[in-house]
Amino acid sequence: MTDITDLGVRELRDGVRAGTFSAREVADSFIVAVSKAKQLNAFLVETPDHAVAAAKEADAARAAGETLKPLAGVPIGMKDLFCTKGVQSAAASHILEGFKPEYESTVSQKLWDAGAGMLGKLNMDQFAMGSSNETSYFGNVISPWRRADGGKAPLAPGGSSGGSSASIAARLCPAATGTDTGGSIRQPAAFTGIAGIKPTYGRCSRWGIIAFASSLDQAGPMARDVRDCAIMLEAMSGFDAKDSTSLQLDVPKWEAGLNASLAGKRIGIPKEYRVDGMPAEIEALWQQGIDWVKDAGAEVVEVSLPHTKYALPAYYIIAPAEASSNLARYDGVRYGLRELPEGANLQEMYAATRAAGFGAEVKRRILIGTYVLSAGFYDAYYTQAQKVRTLIARDFDEAWKTCDLLLTPTAPSAAFALGEKSADPIAMYLNDVFTVPSSLAGLPAMSVPGGLDKAGLPLGLQVIGKALDEQGVLDACLAIEERAGFKARPEAWW
Amino acid sequence: MSVDAATVKKIASLARIAITDEEVAKIAPELDNILGWIEQLGEVDTSSVEPMTAVIANTLRLRDDVVTDGGKRDAVLANAPQAEHGFFTVPKVIE
Repeated sequence: MTDITDLGVRELRDGVRAGTFSAREVADSFIVAVSKAKQLNAFLVETPDHAVAAAKEADAARAAGETLKPLAGVPIGMKDLFCTKGVQSAAASHILEGFKPEYESTVSQKLWDAGAGMLGKLNMDQFAMGSSNETSYFGNVISPWRRADGGKAPLAPGGSSGGSSASIAARLCPAATGTDTGGSIRQPAAFTGIAGIKPTYGRCSRWGIIAFASSLDQAGPMARDVRDCAIMLEAMSGFDAKDSTSLQLDVPKWEAGLNASLAGKRIGIPKEYRVDGMPAEIEALWQQGIDWVKDAGAEVVEVSLPHTKYALPAYYIIAPAEASSNLARYDGVRYGLRELPEGANLQEMYAATRAAGFGAEVKRRILIGTYVLSAGFYDAYYTQAQKVRTLIARDFDEAWKTCDLLLTPTAPSAAFALGEKSADPIAMYLNDVFTVPSSLAGLPAMSVPGGLDKAGLPLGLQVIGKALDEQGVLDACLAIEERAGFKARPEAWW
Repeated sequence: MSVDAATVKKIASLARIAITDEEVAKIAPELDNILGWIEQLGEVDTSSVEPMTAVIANTLRLRDDVVTDGGKRDAVLANAPQAEHGFFTVPKVIE
């Protein structure tokens, strides 16, 4: 019999409904897998009791002949950015170490209401700032993948949702939540051979998600395939009066609507995404993707997004500016760490607390944000960046006149080794070159595995859609998934 | 423009982050490098462009001005590093 931990969300849900196995068996299998995988450092807190309680409820409901909830019997991982009642929610930082929220984030509550259980809180880049999961206060997450050369160089699982990506790829959970500000769902998904979707800005409530850059932050699911992402996204989405930017729209039935035929769809290939120095293997995969969507019936057209090269610099003004404002709340008074040197006054307490509580990358971004918002520089940096953001969004609007979806690589490389880019912030930032533009425009975008590179590491393809067209994005990714036939998985060494 | 040590100290003070001279020496060239890279935005002609205020068109909702929450003093204080008599406590600010 197949190991239960090899099953995805749909198979687990359907298996529990059919009585092929009990929800308790499912929960226990994943709890054991999590407990054996400490070397990956993917989980910051394990919550087996939570997963077992949800499983018992599912089994009891089934025994009583009740209709099971949409995610009954499915245990998941929760990124540490989500506030979970009574369970440490630290954004992988020191300043929030020990913080146990008195409330539950809207998205996590929706998942529990749908019957899911929580296996634990997942490691991540500190405050979601990073692309390699090397900025966590609690240590790097190690990707379960290794290069096929027999070397044991620890690889980055991507970031910031690196605990989510690593744990799904390693079969520690069938799905997890992620959050995406500039690519933090899609790039880690690509690095680990799984799927992940960032929905349209406003689909998932931000309430109870520890804020990084509020005009960009958006939650989304990560799982092993497109259908599992659709199931998860349905449970996570929906209007929430507690988030002023929440979209007051019904949640579409994305899973039921899945359709891998792309007949009648026009898929744009943005020429500006052919960046200098892109590895030939990524180019080749992109071409392969083009052939796949044509095979699925789509018409492929070249489009231009002329302001693409300015997306990253605009992002590295806007995101740090918003972060410097959002992170001002960590002052050692209301929650988290307090550093009070002997004889310090209030201002000195703030400064000492923040110096001790934030990691280097978080400080770097707060300082950049403070600088670009400071008197005399505000217009030259922040206002200019917001104007460029308008132009980037306009580029997409122009593209939608000739196409319905865009197809690009997810990241400009496969997973790199831990430590390889951490000395050069800009080299690290460039990893988000293909994911940031759609974040700035608030558009739905998804990464789906396309194949392996010569070193045996996964590469992802990204589909970007019009606002609110998650269905189109999911469908195109499904068409790619069916043709890619991606079955590779990391061999367990942990 | 270049980011010097004095600028870094000023920003750090505005951001309420204590910083040592050693850290200033390390961070100044890093910020200078990042801000230099960001400056390419100046090339873009934005003279007839409005800054973005909302990524997805959305109207801000209004609700009745009534109390909808409250009475949670202990929950609010539960994570405070120091709380006494139902208040957050901080070092003395008034002599």
